[in-house]
Amino acid sequence: MSTLPPTPSQTVGPFYGYALPFPGGGDIAPAGHPDTITIRGVVLDGAGQPIPDALLEIWQAGPDGDLTGRPGSMRRDPVTGGHLGRNGVDFTGFGRVPTDADGGWVVRTLPPGPHRPGATPYLSVCVFARGLLHHLFTRIYLPEHADALAADPVLGALPPERRATLLATREHDRTYRFDIRLQGGDGPHEETVFLAFP
Amino acid sequence: MSTPPTPPPGAAPSLASQREIDREIAALRQSYVDLRAGGAPERLHPDRDYLPYRSSALRHPKQPLVAIEDPEVMELTGPVFGVTDVTALDNDLTRQHAGEPLGERLTVTGRVLDRDGRPVRGQLVEIWQANAAGRYAHQRDDHPAPLDPNFTGVGRCLTDDEGRYQFTTIKPGPYPWRNHRNAWRPAHIHFSLFGTAFTQRLVTQMYFPGDPLFPYDPILQSVTDDAARQRLVATYDHDLSVPEWSLGYRWDIVLDGPAATWMEEGRL
Repeated sequence: MSTLPPTPSQTVGPFYGYALPFPGGGDIAPAGHPDTITIRGVVLDGAGQPIPDALLEIWQAGPDGDLTGRPGSMRRDPVTGGHLGRNGVDFTGFGRVPTDADGGWVVRTLPPGPHRPGATPYLSVCVFARGLLHHLFTRIYLPEHADALAADPVLGALPPERRATLLATREHDRTYRFDIRLQGGDGPHEETVFLAFP
Repeated sequence: MSTPPTPPPGAAPSLASQREIDREIAALRQSYVDLRAGGAPERLHPDRDYLPYRSSALRHPKQPLVAIEDPEVMELTGPVFGVTDVTALDNDLTRQHAGEPLGERLTVTGRVLDRDGRPVRGQLVEIWQANAAGRYAHQRDDHPAPLDPNFTGVGRCLTDDEGRYQFTTIKPGPYPWRNHRNAWRPAHIHFSLFGTAFTQRLVTQMYFPGDPLFPYDPILQSVTDDAARQRLVATYDHDLSVPEWSLGYRWDIVLDGPAATWMEEGRL
């Protein structure tokens, strides 16, 4: 039973860039892992314009479905105080990438496995941006799980064009595209489905 | 620079006046008060669609969020951080350069709790802020206030077993922005917090008590519930002030969102 009222959210603002992003933030897969996939996309506003000051965080299971996570995403050098980068071996399940001047972002990761028997795998995404007063959650499903997504009791009940915003598309071998649109407009992009966890 | 900058021609007239923004803030506050009187639930977070904060106009979803009630979703777990991810000096923003930064030295501390009042242990707290003159160490901040070569304004720490965090820093200055004409942000420190579940993720801002800019700021006023807005303001705590050294502010943080008790029991 919840008793304490929560601290309200506030926007990440425009100036997080020297504080939150870290080198290798999008390189979730251990360096050189042969199963690495690339997921990239753009973040767009309601006018279809790219958002150059958004920040995405990814949380996902490992290929074996393991959700334990582990430290080391943003390893630091105790000598210089600088960033060491990941150790190149461990899979932490966490990534963080700012959008570039074109609103673009890229992560390299391993395909998530089912986090419990029979579960459909996905990557969880948390979106922050200047102008966004409270972060948004969405999910990236890979195209090979489209049928399982359509069978999901909640997400499968969405109109197909809405549900499609949760599906990455295959660009070419092992490279996927996932655009995030914060607001629907007149353009060709549907507003991304965002999730609440009551 | 000793004179205010000249606005580029044609730039100023498109901006709303503070009076217009004040009217919009008052109208939205009143409509919330009316809704509450009609039995509507408390609004514990800002509305994503908050017109007085102009940048929100094209950056909020128009469709309702889709509620996920599955108690076994993977979002009830979350990323893990440890001693490899922070250095011992990271929570002292006054010791990151050769010299001491200018400004009023502060100790800022508090506890991170979940909504059941349980401490959030061993989780990452990140902060960033402007310097004492109100300037961020960011290329896109063109406010003509001095940079401080001895202050970057970034800190990190892990919460202890009681959920406590602590930072040594300097008091950030207020600064102008271009939301409307003569718009000024009250002094604040940005906070980023993780819970045991990704659903508990929080990015927010801590304000200082008694700031005269509060009523004029659409970002703070986007929290239309008076009690909720007050939760963003730290308390001056004289017992935290260190003689001949620093002034103390206390700010406890409560993370929203469900946490996976089924996972936590496995971990404890």
